[in-house]
Amino acid sequence: MHHRTFAALLLLSACLAGCSVFQPPQPWEKGLLAKPEMTLGGDALEQRFDQHILNSKEAAAGGSGVGGGGCGCN
Amino acid sequence: MNRLSAITLAMSASLFAALPAAAVEAGAPAPEFTLSGPRGTVNLAALKGKVVYLDFWASWCGPCRQSFPWMNDMQAKYGAKGLQVVGVNLDAKRADADKFLAEVPANFTLAFDAQGETPRRYAVKGMPTSLLIGPDGKVIQVHAGFREEERKQLEDAIAAALK
Repeated sequence: MHHRTFAALLLLSACLAGCSVFQPPQPWEKGLLAKPEMTLGGDALEQRFDQHILNSKEAAAGGSGVGGGGCGCN
Repeated sequence: MNRLSAITLAMSASLFAALPAAAVEAGAPAPEFTLSGPRGTVNLAALKGKVVYLDFWASWCGPCRQSFPWMNDMQAKYGAKGLQVVGVNLDAKRADADKFLAEVPANFTLAFDAQGETPRRYAVKGMPTSLLIGPDGKVIQVHAGFREEERKQLEDAIAAALK
């Protein structure tokens, strides 16, 4: 392998290794996640729009009954 | 040591950069903190000799909204016997906390920690988390969440600590 390619790959892997330091958000940092916009069924109007688009464009129906999701608060 | 193994060593050492704090359990001494509050500095060491009910709360946390009236009751009921309720706010923006306090007033000591340094040292695992700290500065119990059926147990623990 060309030594410059090897050096570039080594630099790239060193940068990517920094990604292992990322942690999921701490319990007290979940303020934005707790907003109603962040729930799966937050905006009823948007949900109806999505349902209508799926029905009309893809002739698909259903599959959007019970919401889920949780971020630790409940 | 050649260059490649030096780089590998540095990369693997960086994995240990963010280890979690040791769990603060019952019996352990409560970590010290000094924070600013609306009525001056709040320092845990200064409260030694009192039973401290330390509560970590935030404006976006639903159960916190329900726990505030209860904590006001506790402070009113047991304050003369030596209880001090301390609520540490963990909102990133002070405006959110102020809005919450305008709707749900607090009659106990408040402190603000927007950086999140104190909950990190206390290894807080959920919101809200409350700790009952004895007069000797040792943690009596740690409790995550705030549900209707838990009020009695929490009050009993406070009463028992004040004996």
